Amino acid sequence: MSTPSTNPLTAGTSRLIPLNHALPWIIAAVVLLLLPVIFESRGALTIMNQMAITIVFALAYNMLLGQGGMLSFGHAVYMGLGGFFSMHVLNWMSDDPWLPLPVLPIFGGFFGLLFAFLIGWFSTRRAGTTFAMISLGVGQLVASMSIIIVTFFGGEEGISGDRTEMLPFFGWDFGQQQEVYYLTSVWLLIAALGMYLYSRTPMGRLANAVRDNEERAEFLGYSQRNVRWISFCASGFFAGIAGALFAINFEILTGENLNLATSGQILLVTFLGGVGFFIGPIIGAIVFTLLQTVLSLHSEIWALYVGILFVATVMFFPFGLTGLLALHVLPWKLGKIGYLVKPYAKMAIPGLVFVLSSAAVLEILFHARHAGRGDNEMTIYWWLTFDSHSPLPMIIGLVLAGVSAYALVKLVPGLKAAWDEATKMGEAGK
Amino acid sequence: MSLFIVNILDGFVTGLLLFMLCSGLTLIFSMMGVLNFAHASFYMLGAYFAYQISMFTGFWVGLIVAPIIVGVMGALIERYGLRRVHQYGHVPELIFTFGLALLIEEFVQFFWGRQQVPYNPPAALDFTAFAIAGNTFPAYKVFMIFMAIGLFLVLLYILTKTRIGMTIQAALSYPETVQNLGHNVPMVFMGVFGVGTAMAGLAGVIAGPVMGTFPGMAFTLGAIVFVCIVVGGLGSLWGALVASLLIGWIQTFAASYNLRMEDLLIWLGFEKPMLIWESPWQDLWTLTLPQVGPILPYLLMVIVLVLRPQGLFGKRET
Repeated sequence: MSTPSTNPLTAGTSRLIPLNHALPWIIAAVVLLLLPVIFESRGALTIMNQMAITIVFALAYNMLLGQGGMLSFGHAVYMGLGGFFSMHVLNWMSDDPWLPLPVLPIFGGFFGLLFAFLIGWFSTRRAGTTFAMISLGVGQLVASMSIIIVTFFGGEEGISGDRTEMLPFFGWDFGQQQEVYYLTSVWLLIAALGMYLYSRTPMGRLANAVRDNEERAEFLGYSQRNVRWISFCASGFFAGIAGALFAINFEILTGENLNLATSGQILLVTFLGGVGFFIGPIIGAIVFTLLQTVLSLHSEIWALYVGILFVATVMFFPFGLTGLLALHVLPWKLGKIGYLVKPYAKMAIPGLVFVLSSAAVLEILFHARHAGRGDNEMTIYWWLTFDSHSPLPMIIGLVLAGVSAYALVKLVPGLKAAWDEATKMGEAGK
Repeated sequence: MSLFIVNILDGFVTGLLLFMLCSGLTLIFSMMGVLNFAHASFYMLGAYFAYQISMFTGFWVGLIVAPIIVGVMGALIERYGLRRVHQYGHVPELIFTFGLALLIEEFVQFFWGRQQVPYNPPAALDFTAFAIAGNTFPAYKVFMIFMAIGLFLVLLYILTKTRIGMTIQAALSYPETVQNLGHNVPMVFMGVFGVGTAMAGLAGVIAGPVMGTFPGMAFTLGAIVFVCIVVGGLGSLWGALVASLLIGWIQTFAASYNLRMEDLLIWLGFEKPMLIWESPWQDLWTLTLPQVGPILPYLLMVIVLVLRPQGLFGKRET
């Protein structure tokens, strides 16, 4: 909420950034500062670093998709090229360093911006499907170039460097994972704040206008193409920063950083989180990184689960996880969130059974098809061990999934009624 | 010269194959305004289904049954997936088809594994049709050419000469008027989507034995198909045909003529550095045409977009 000015000269206008808008940022900074104290293992730090990089990249991507309405299938190009150039800057400086490591992301951002500027020149002429197709083609072009131009991209094995060879920064040489974590977090805050402030500038608002109605924006005198081009450049800049952070963290870049799989993954992350909200990509990146690291430990077919989740999100919750959470703001404000507790609790058990049993059916099927000859025994959920080739576990799984799905369908009207009650304007508790 | 003729034929096969996908994609695009990202995934499904069926009954049953299954799947996805997402707009539709492409790839890996499956041409067509000065041309490719051309003639006949074709064409341009005249336009959409995906499936069935049946086949070909669509001009069938053949030939010729950059550079008067592996231009000097082959379609797309944004045959600026 903005605070109205009390100065008579500026009465009626609001302060540009009200103080209570700064609160989430302060909380975020404190959380980022304290996280390594709680999770101090090397593995946890690696996951958090990866999360931070994905957040920056997803936020940059959402500048296009959410704020500008441009669907890109090749955004890995700008992150990847930013990363590759940063790595070359790092290697070039390693003999005679004259800059500390924390400034490296600026180079990454600059090269991301440069390529976004060049490619945006012809790709932002139209939005929608055409833009998407061109981004795909350019993405494929750059990805296949990485195999040909070996001097720059390093061919199959990619290029690597040593981050400790830059000048020390206040005594830190970034050999420790924790030091890298703080570097990444500071850049995460800078980049996120930068993107947030950008979205509040007139330029950011114009991007929204062109997204919603390009013809109308054009009639108001703004070139839709230039607006898209500028958004594209800004997004490329921040994607380049993410690429440089990737280079610093992993110290290696390969052709994989440029290809369609990486571009598709960031679309998935952003959409899962919710494209309509600034915080959406952040939530998406956190959830996706957790899913990726935790699920992939326990299941070989985790990508299938993520794929199902993604398609289900597109079909049923086009505003993503954040949109789902945001739905609850109105009942919360009306003080009626209590109405929803009971139907949710009722649905929790069949919901859980449905998810677990369907996953079990998939796992059994997968095991039966792909396990080695004679390897018939499988274990799911840590303690259930059985023969995957016998029909009984499969039948139990299918029956459980069917029954719980039926129970869920039966409970939906109850939830709907509770929802209507909870969102009805009027006095609470009546 | 004989190599040239074989290449012309090979490129023609690739081009026709691309056009089998492009034509369905273009039809769907001009009707619903949505580019089906998963189109090449239906091509992959066709190949895998045919492989599975051919294990039990042989190639010829798969040739007929697999495209039908794929078409029915496509129609169901249009009815229960795409139509639902349609209300949110074009970008979510595209994202939906992209998610579908990911999901289909995961499902294929789930059922058939990550490795290439041994899907082979039928024994009846496993011989050399003719040879030109030592360059052989397999009978299976002749069969592919006849299948593709036959399919187009049937499609052309249905679209231009029959009542159903007239309804489809009318529904493309004036869906509301056609609806008011009492035709079931959503049904027509579903049918066209089903037929389009079935054609992609058929392309997969006949291409699987030649191009390899593996989980990456959808994305490998899919990207090229989109290039064809953009180069030819979005929504233009003739453009799609020309672009498909062009790209088929470009790829085939690039792969078989080992032109070296070195020769070109020397011909231009440059001197080859003695220690080539220390020169910053080593990649330029060692470049060969087969190496550049895979990126030529994308390069062509960028050039066409810069010079002629509406595509070769597109009417409106894309």
